[in-house]
Amino acid sequence: MYLADFLQLLVYGVISGSILALGAIGVSLIFGILRFAHFAHGDLMTVGAFCALAAVTGLGLPVIAAIPFAILGAVVVAVGIDQTIYRRLRRTAPVILLISSFGMAMALRAVIQIIWGTQDRVYQSGIQLPYRIGDIVLQPAHVWILAGTALLVAAVHLFLQKTSLGKAMRAMSDNMDLARVTGINAERVIIWTWVMGAGLAAVAGVFLAMDTRLHPTMGWHMMLPIFAAAILGGIGKPYGAILGGLIIGVAQELSTLWLSPAYKPAVAFAIMVFMLIVRPQGLLGGRR
Amino acid sequence: MTIPAGSLLALDNVYGGYGGVDILRGVTMTVQPGEIVVIIGPNGAGKSTSMKAAFGLVNVREGRVAFEGRDITNWRADRLVKLGMGFVPQEHNVFPSLTVQENLEMGAYLNPKGMRARMDKIFGIFPRLAERRRQAAGLMSGGERQMVAMGRALMAEPRMLLLDEPTAGLSPLFIEQTFERVVEINKLGIGILMVEQNAKQALAIAHRGYVLAMGENRFEDTGPNLLANREVAELFLGG
Repeated sequence: MYLADFLQLLVYGVISGSILALGAIGVSLIFGILRFAHFAHGDLMTVGAFCALAAVTGLGLPVIAAIPFAILGAVVVAVGIDQTIYRRLRRTAPVILLISSFGMAMALRAVIQIIWGTQDRVYQSGIQLPYRIGDIVLQPAHVWILAGTALLVAAVHLFLQKTSLGKAMRAMSDNMDLARVTGINAERVIIWTWVMGAGLAAVAGVFLAMDTRLHPTMGWHMMLPIFAAAILGGIGKPYGAILGGLIIGVAQELSTLWLSPAYKPAVAFAIMVFMLIVRPQGLLGGRR
Repeated sequence: MTIPAGSLLALDNVYGGYGGVDILRGVTMTVQPGEIVVIIGPNGAGKSTSMKAAFGLVNVREGRVAFEGRDITNWRADRLVKLGMGFVPQEHNVFPSLTVQENLEMGAYLNPKGMRARMDKIFGIFPRLAERRRQAAGLMSGGERQMVAMGRALMAEPRMLLLDEPTAGLSPLFIEQTFERVVEINKLGIGILMVEQNAKQALAIAHRGYVLAMGENRFEDTGPNLLANREVAELFLGG
């Protein structure tokens, strides 16, 4: 093993970890406030990626300029599902919400397949010249992914710490009943939580498609490492989700030094199970 | 009975509880503007339940609740906060991962204008909170948490404050301090309805008190009279 290989995999790990982190922040926020694991989150990523594709092919935009369309599409879908389906189930057991989100995941995937078909697609065909830093190779898309994630994580941090809506989200995640008697309009905050979670998922979906390619199951296949990231960091803790995403991403890439890349999901699964056994509250002490 | 005119809060023959079982079986009480009113009684008497019924947290099946003459029966909590009522639950009454200052800010969520001035006023009542403003509320002692919880409720500028056992689990020193703060808050013109286990101390600062038993009114009198009442003393004040 050469140092250069190691560093190259580390870079790839941080890139795929960034995508996981953006998805896991939303999963973690939604779990913190609504108390269920949102299984359709990966498919919201897919929705975002394909909405960007529509803007790229329909309007001739470069993919970065198509990101607002991805966000808009995923947010409309997420808030729509919440208000028509999940909202009616809020007073029931969380497991019912979980199962219904599983159903929504399948429905979203099916709709995407009906509209865009099942073949692989890319935003932009042809070869892009990579950057070389020493022995490390970096695609232009990777630079966008790293910079975009850094920007969004900083924005999420400022939002949660400095704005009154962000603080209300943290308050609701701490104690929903107290938030209600404090006068916080819970339903309004829930809608904004979906806006934020779906917006980040959409960007994650576009980044994933830039890194690989578009396919109706692309987001669904990310659910396992995303849940692993959210659990690793401490479910309900957005900062933990960022940390967890990066660790899972790097662990998956580095594992290919010894294992076949086909085992990447198994690595994420193993970390998740290990964490649930030794420290179920996660690295940053979320909920069990 | 009809709701008496001029009352701040009134419960009129309230029946209700959790699920299908009535815990309250005809509870009637009023709080006049500027009053401290204490609810005492044995465990399971429906003290906290009465208070929660007033704040829309328990389903009122029959009877009425009114605030300043307006019917608020079974209203949602955020509407009541907007109307001028504040509620401090007994347990889990702070946001543990938020700082003291953020907890107070949440109290002003509906009405953030002039928040700084209000916060300074609350730091005047609870100087300890000013010292600890950047600390996570979950890391504070029970007594300090009670201060955060009261401060949070006061940030909404209520005209009426409901306190559910504010001294539960506190050391004697903190119990005394908490009652002093309650009197101080009351002097700002805020009516107070309080459920208390430390009945003697609570009645000593109260204008009036209600004794509940089995979800019904048993006695109702001024604080000093209830303290002097032999039957109340034997049954509910521990001799």
